[in-house]
Amino acid sequence: MISLTAPFTEEKIRALKVGDEVEISGVVFTGRDAVHKYLHEGGALPAEVSFQNGIVYHCGPVVLRDEQGAWKVVAAGPTTSIREEPYQGEIIKKFGLRGVIGKGGMGDRTLAACQEFGCVYFHAIGGAAQVLAECIKRVPNVHFQKEFGSPEAIWEMVVEKFPVVVTMDSHGNSLHKKVYDASVAALAKRL
Amino acid sequence: MSVLKDSIVELIRKTSAEIPDDVQQSLLASLKREQAGTIAESALKIIQRNIELAQSKSQPLCQDTGSVIFYVDAPRDFDQAGFEETAREAVSAATKAGYLRQNSVDSITGRNDGTNVGPGAPVLHFHQHRSPEIKVRMMLKGGGCENVGAQYSLPIEKMKANRDLDGCRKVILDAVLQAQGKGCGPGILGVCIGGDRATGYEHSKHQFLRKIDDRNPNPELDRLEQDILETGNSLGIGPMGFGGKTTLLGVKIGVLNRVPASFFVSVSYMCWAFRRQGVTLSSEGKIQQWLY
Ligand code: SF4
Repeated sequence: MISLTAPFTEEKIRALKVGDEVEISGVVFTGRDAVHKYLHEGGALPAEVSFQNGIVYHCGPVVLRDEQGAWKVVAAGPTTSIREEPYQGEIIKKFGLRGVIGKGGMGDRTLAACQEFGCVYFHAIGGAAQVLAECIKRVPNVHFQKEFGSPEAIWEMVVEKFPVVVTMDSHGNSLHKKVYDASVAALAKRL
Repeated sequence: MSVLKDSIVELIRKTSAEIPDDVQQSLLASLKREQAGTIAESALKIIQRNIELAQSKSQPLCQDTGSVIFYVDAPRDFDQAGFEETAREAVSAATKAGYLRQNSVDSITGRNDGTNVGPGAPVLHFHQHRSPEIKVRMMLKGGGCENVGAQYSLPIEKMKANRDLDGCRKVILDAVLQAQGKGCGPGILGVCIGGDRATGYEHSKHQFLRKIDDRNPNPELDRLEQDILETGNSLGIGPMGFGGKTTLLGVKIGVLNRVPASFFVSVSYMCWAFRRQGVTLSSEGKIQQWLY
């Protein structure tokens, strides 16, 4: 198990390899369909948000407010990442992202951007909403909640030991590709 | 009326927060099968921790609480319309209580009124039978795994899939291959051979009511189920598509007649967060017995 703590520098990210199990501690920002489309169309991030050396999490969390008015994450599993494939590479390049967390993996354009600009794809465990919510210690802020609605907003989350697996690294390797190719070959033998 | 509503809310709560015992046993067995120290094993361990946490906190196992599907078997004098109204009320009450996420969206406007009730939501299937028993089973079917379902129209030349059981086997395994880990595997397949495009998919989902470890009474289908389970698990796709020994937990195949011109094979995929439960109810609507 590798522990990855903020700041998420290029050096730390480049050291990661496909298959590494990583626990992330620091700030991550959620962002899904609406945010990716908006940024890709030239939209600007709010002044208080920077993706430089940052991590974006494909997640539409369920967040409640407690009696003191603080945000509390009730469920926060990953959503399917491939929907952001048309936008992700550009956003990695333009905003300096170092990590993307999601599920299901992404395609060639994202993989190429990871290699060129020093970013990795972290796979979280799909459906593990409760375990992952427990790793979110604080939610200091939310942005674009009015514009995009709660699940699509940019939630700023302080996570501790958030468990993920590197499935696409910054050296051009993709576990998804490898498993797919191997399974195609294995099936061909059984037909 | 409110006794019945309370019972349905409780059924929804338990379905959303607790994995059925047969699924849990199957997941535990797969955890034993995976090699120690692999990411497949880690993934299954996190899944186990998630199952325990959800149950102890009475919170949704997965945040996608899916489409809400009821299967009701009841005698002739059963008030079907009344049940439907109460079920809709119960779904919106369960949503308020946080057992279900606000998960139902107007397909044209994208509006989500936060109730989980609307056209086609929840889904209700009624079946009248001759016994006095009232049986209500339900399932929460997530979107990620629904998206990897597939329907094949045989023959398919490029897959060399003809209108026979071998052709069925080929396309079902193709569905496993295409799904990879994207449906939050390890998964369970519900399959229907035959029917039309609508009844085929419907019947494929119906297979999820069977317990994971049951066996198909039809020997030919039983053989096909076991074969696909074994072959699917030999492909090395593994939990979440990370690679590993457990790609499938179960395969359930049903059959419907078809018209001579059509031959559909419909495959539904259920994720590891296999939420299904059921109860028998007294005539007043009180829960008598849990079914899974
Ligand atoms: S496929 Fe299942 S486990 Fe995965 S996110 Fe959807 S409902 Fe949850």
